[in-house]
Amino acid sequence: MCDSVIQVEVIIPTQTKYLDLIGSIGEHIAKKLDEFSGDREALAYHLNLVLTEATVNAIKHGNYGNQEDTVRITIAIQENALNIKVYDHGKGFDLESVLLPDLDHPKEDGMGLFFIRSLMDSVTYTRQGDCNVLEIIKYLS
Amino acid sequence: MNLNREKINGYTVLFIQEERVDAHNSGDLKEAILRLIEQGEVNIIVQLERVRFIDSSGLGALLSGYKNATAKSGKLALANMQQQVLSMFELTRLNRVFDIYADLNEAFDSRL
Repeated sequence: MCDSVIQVEVIIPTQTKYLDLIGSIGEHIAKKLDEFSGDREALAYHLNLVLTEATVNAIKHGNYGNQEDTVRITIAIQENALNIKVYDHGKGFDLESVLLPDLDHPKEDGMGLFFIRSLMDSVTYTRQGDCNVLEIIKYLS
Repeated sequence: MNLNREKINGYTVLFIQEERVDAHNSGDLKEAILRLIEQGEVNIIVQLERVRFIDSSGLGALLSGYKNATAKSGKLALANMQQQVLSMFELTRLNRVFDIYADLNEAFDSRL
């Protein structure tokens, strides 16, 4: 982690009113990535979205119903990769058992993880101590 | 959520006056559309000109409105969508579900 060009850590209460803050941080970081040669506006939107969806997931499924609990989010840029980790204190779930949504018969929910998987390069969800960690990696080149 | 509602050319136009539709305010949008439909306003155009960000719950709220309006023999269409927002509809293929218009005039001209 010491080699990170940018490293951000945010801890928020498990309340959706902070989603804007988290998403905005991702958007701002995307616009500072001088080495990124792709569509920076699209990356900014995608990071905003992925951070929003991952945080909602932690709020709703991880720390469900506990207003005093927190979600911890870290964002780090290391070499050519952007690494996001979202920590929750809930029971967790089996990421592999979450199926892709049927886009021919769309439902009102279940698109959040689809967005994360579609827009990023690697997604894992593991137990670490008393936390679950959703780790998302986006390669920048 | 800040929403304005106007009756134009026989359609109920719902103007979303927010830059961001996410899990914090999408429940309000879903409820507002459902209330319109319960009041018999089943031909709805949602105007998204100010919206620069939408997440999965926002898409879900609009899809809920679409399904409920259709069930009442009505229609829910979308207009004035920004490109980045449109790209989320394309990624989820919801652009094949909704009628999406460049602006309100195009929506009216199409007679939905």
